[in-house]
Amino acid sequence: MTARVPRRTILAFLGPSVLALLAVGIVPLGYALWKSLHDFNLTRIARQRFVGLDNYVTVLADPVFWAAVGRTAALFVIAVPIQIALGLMIALLLHRPGLGFLKTFTRLSLVLPMATTYAVVGLLAQVTLNQKYGVFNQMLGWLGIAPINFIGDPRNAFIGVIFWDVWQWTPFVALVLLAGLSTVPPEIEEAARLETKRWWTVLRHVQLPFLIPSLVAVLILRTADTLKLFDMVFTMTRGGPGNATEFIAILIERVGNRQFDIGLASAQSVILLAITIVLARLYIRMFYREVR
Amino acid sequence: MAGAAQPGGRGGLAVQAVLLALICLFCIFPFYWMVTTSLKTQAVALQSPPAWLFTPTLRNYTEVLFSDNVGVSLVNSLIVAVSTTVLAVVLGCPAAYALARFEFRAKKELWFWFITNRFVSPVVLAFPVFLIAREVGLRDTHIALILMYLTFTLPIVIWICTDQFRSIPFELDEAAMLEGASQWRIFRSICLPLAMPGVAVSAILSFIFSWNELLFAYILAPKNAKTAPAMAVTFMEGYDVPYGKIMATSTLIVVPVLIFALLASRHLVRGLTMGAVK
Repeated sequence: MTARVPRRTILAFLGPSVLALLAVGIVPLGYALWKSLHDFNLTRIARQRFVGLDNYVTVLADPVFWAAVGRTAALFVIAVPIQIALGLMIALLLHRPGLGFLKTFTRLSLVLPMATTYAVVGLLAQVTLNQKYGVFNQMLGWLGIAPINFIGDPRNAFIGVIFWDVWQWTPFVALVLLAGLSTVPPEIEEAARLETKRWWTVLRHVQLPFLIPSLVAVLILRTADTLKLFDMVFTMTRGGPGNATEFIAILIERVGNRQFDIGLASAQSVILLAITIVLARLYIRMFYREVR
Repeated sequence: MAGAAQPGGRGGLAVQAVLLALICLFCIFPFYWMVTTSLKTQAVALQSPPAWLFTPTLRNYTEVLFSDNVGVSLVNSLIVAVSTTVLAVVLGCPAAYALARFEFRAKKELWFWFITNRFVSPVVLAFPVFLIAREVGLRDTHIALILMYLTFTLPIVIWICTDQFRSIPFELDEAAMLEGASQWRIFRSICLPLAMPGVAVSAILSFIFSWNELLFAYILAPKNAKTAPAMAVTFMEGYDVPYGKIMATSTLIVVPVLIFALLASRHLVRGLTMGAVK
């Protein structure tokens, strides 16, 4: 139910937050858009000049940019299915009856990784994955595996990022899917369990249809967060060794903050933003149809 | 759903218990290692293989807090996170009320725009804001961070509170309108008090996200307004990496946020998905 009220009232209620978000969200974007049309490097500010779409041409033809995009996609394609598979197993375990206390405790434990400061996750990775002093290498040693140089080797560093991304976000996926499982009407699930004893059949034919919205939410949010991924990788590897863990946000930070090429970084940002907006629209279309 | 429908009976229950315990261990072990490492001297921290039993010391904490400015950076983090949360709630609640209660053109578009901010990467905004802040003299100030954090705190507050306001029966408003109460009066005296649970949840989530933020902090506040996560990064620079100190700083950063997260645990997923999952 909604009320018709004078325009003045509406402005009074909405104005402040609209102005605030315009100032901090849109003005900087406009500025970035404008700077992306310039040759603008902080080390030679005086030589700033308008170059039209040159920066975009440079970015789109830049193998380093596409490598970062590819790496980001690879991280998504590897990490997210692992998170969904593990998350689904955890959700099914928590959905089973019995063990009330242990399940509550598990649920609380699951909250911890996803609330952990992302930068701290990177620091934890540094400490636990160290070749000589890291506890994970010690554990691998118990299994008879020789210490692995996680941070210093390009391929292993990538695996390290995947591992910690899985650690941080599997709980999130699990809890989202658990919420999805609880939308299955109990009488339907019960009837299905009387029909078959195989959990797989129940999952496939009864629960999965109800899980689709949760899965779509997970896919879109994980895509957005993978595109944003910065803090954890920055504190863990700074995008290295070499470019091995230089994901798209890390690349933009390097170009802008360590090479001072604001023009180029802005063009990269605008491209990233375009991808982001498409995703956001998709997400909102799917989940907020009820808003009028 | 009776337990009898589950296969395996007691054996299945044991397997389930073991698996749940493993999940807990997987989630908690890194924190255990973080805290124990923070209690090690550098010599113990650099033992190979790593030591599980050792004499704990609090020296890392006293050192980072009092001689390495981590104390100051924690205060900065607190100032920024609390201020941006208060600002987001003050600005966001009336907006959420308007979205929930008023009829106007382009409402849907406005709402979309608010929520879209949740998806925008901070790296897109960081450089233009860095340049603008330099121009207007806001570089390395709390204010710059407080304002930039609105880009993600305001959408959270608006989403959660819009939902909360919608769940309040409209009859209450109608009754008040018949009494001649203004919209502002209805908002302040009737709806806002009833929406307090939602306001509280959105405030906790805003605090968590602001407290955890690194990129804006790293680029916009290199010195005076440096927040704790940005401070932790600086320890990684240089050759002799002080593990104990890094983990002590990490513990100090993470503990408050984990407490808040546990308090809001039922709503954390809702906040992270912007309400798509309830």
